[in-house]
Amino acid sequence: MATKVVDRRPLSWAEKTYIPQILSGLRITFRKMFNPVVTLEYPEQRPTIPDNYRGVPTLVKDPHGREKCVSCQLCEFVCPPKAIRITPGSIDEASGNEHIEKAPKDFEINMLRCIYCGLCQEVCPEEAIVLQDIFSANGYTRQEMVYNKKKLYELGGTLPDKHFKWDKKKKASEQAPSH
Amino acid sequence: MDWTYIFFTVLKAVIMVTIFMSIAGYTVVAERKVASWIQERPGPNRTTLPIILAIPVIGRIVTRLGLIQLPADGGKFLFKEDPFPGHVNKVYFILAPIVALIPALTTMTVLPFGEITRDGVTVPLVLANLDVGMLFILAFSSLGVYGIILAGWASNSKYPFLGGIRASAQVISYELAMGMSLLPVFMWAGGTLNLFDLVEAQSGLLFGCLPKWMIFFQPVSALLFLTALFAETNRLPFDMPESETDLVAGFNTEYGAFKFGLFFVGEYAHVTMGSALFVVLFLGGWSLWPLNIFGLVDYPAGILGAVLSALVFMLKTFCLIFFFLWIRWTLPRFRYDQIMNLGWKRLLPIAIANFVVYAIAMAVYIRFFNQA
Repeated sequence: MATKVVDRRPLSWAEKTYIPQILSGLRITFRKMFNPVVTLEYPEQRPTIPDNYRGVPTLVKDPHGREKCVSCQLCEFVCPPKAIRITPGSIDEASGNEHIEKAPKDFEINMLRCIYCGLCQEVCPEEAIVLQDIFSANGYTRQEMVYNKKKLYELGGTLPDKHFKWDKKKKASEQAPSH
Repeated sequence: MDWTYIFFTVLKAVIMVTIFMSIAGYTVVAERKVASWIQERPGPNRTTLPIILAIPVIGRIVTRLGLIQLPADGGKFLFKEDPFPGHVNKVYFILAPIVALIPALTTMTVLPFGEITRDGVTVPLVLANLDVGMLFILAFSSLGVYGIILAGWASNSKYPFLGGIRASAQVISYELAMGMSLLPVFMWAGGTLNLFDLVEAQSGLLFGCLPKWMIFFQPVSALLFLTALFAETNRLPFDMPESETDLVAGFNTEYGAFKFGLFFVGEYAHVTMGSALFVVLFLGGWSLWPLNIFGLVDYPAGILGAVLSALVFMLKTFCLIFFFLWIRWTLPRFRYDQIMNLGWKRLLPIAIANFVVYAIAMAVYIRFFNQA
């Protein structure tokens, strides 16, 4: 292994008084005063959030406005801190989506328990729960921090969906020969 | 002694204290701003009142500069809960911050900050023109450490206690070097200890361009005095009494609310006082360099000259306060043993050598060239 010998000259007389070093230090700090400020002034200016950021988990709808969650409760099962609680419910017969069978009647995520691990997003077969770019969840009471279904859909909004899995399923079942 | 004399003396004292305290207070804000600029941050820039924001352009500038921060901080200190740790002697515990602040305000009485010419006689703008002004300042400013030691002792806690011990050791070590470094200055000025006479001795020009400031005649003294001043005012890199990094907050760990505020203002009052003192001793007080090269030799008579000289003096003091803040954010702090080493093994021998060399040089000069 090559050894690099560092040149350690003995300090000169001037250097032993520390004064030249102090002066050069002062020059550096003085120059810094005229550099542009690097601070982001937070509430007005927001940082750019990368796409794969794990913020607050939210529920999303597909482009047709259909709620994607089918109440399979996988996320509730996988959630390490047990922050998710789902009350399953049925889908209205007249809505045109009755073949999906289930939707959550209520969907609660306790944001005080949530650890933003993203396992719910990973496990969701419907891509219905997504950790998006919201990072400052806050409230005055504990109850306020338990986000219900309405709030979760408000935060989630609509994400582009390329699959339309249930539409394809419906079409396939209609075209398939009856037994 | 008639009553108008007393009235005007008290009035002058009140005005002086008000100005001095607000400068000390705004030094705190300046510290935070300078720190932020050096660290490429905006610093305190939000505190404001709706009335001030309503002023078109100035309101916003004032807010961004953090000038409203001082009343906000003061108000916060006033209204916060005032905690007492258990088993403290309340008398000493309350006395400590008062003792820490009073010396800074007392030394200010003998500090000349300008001159006024009336009927051809120039007198200093000063509360008490003592002939032993410098001795008075040295004597009283060293009393400030009693506040810190008392705080450390009265707090009934180990970190303040260590801070108090360090403060006493540090101040005693550096006071020697400080006093020694000042001896040649006053010898050079003709043996006076009066600060006004010292400033008068520094007016005028050397070779027609350089000012006759002490810093040019006594550079070693100036450097030693400045270093000792940093140690005396407990500023970084000599912040042993506080040592945030190893003693939590040193002597004021147990202090909160307004008592902490008093310590804080006391520290910055010491910085302001130290800067003003350095200006008087080494930077020619209110002498008007470089304007006096172009023939502007003296201040006009009357109030105008008094105000101008005081303004020049304040400007120089502000520059030195800035230097104090600037050094703080440049140099890393010393270890305790390094401070003791520097004080006893470096500064004190250099100060004594400096004194002896100047004494011999001056004696030779007077003896062989017969000029005093």
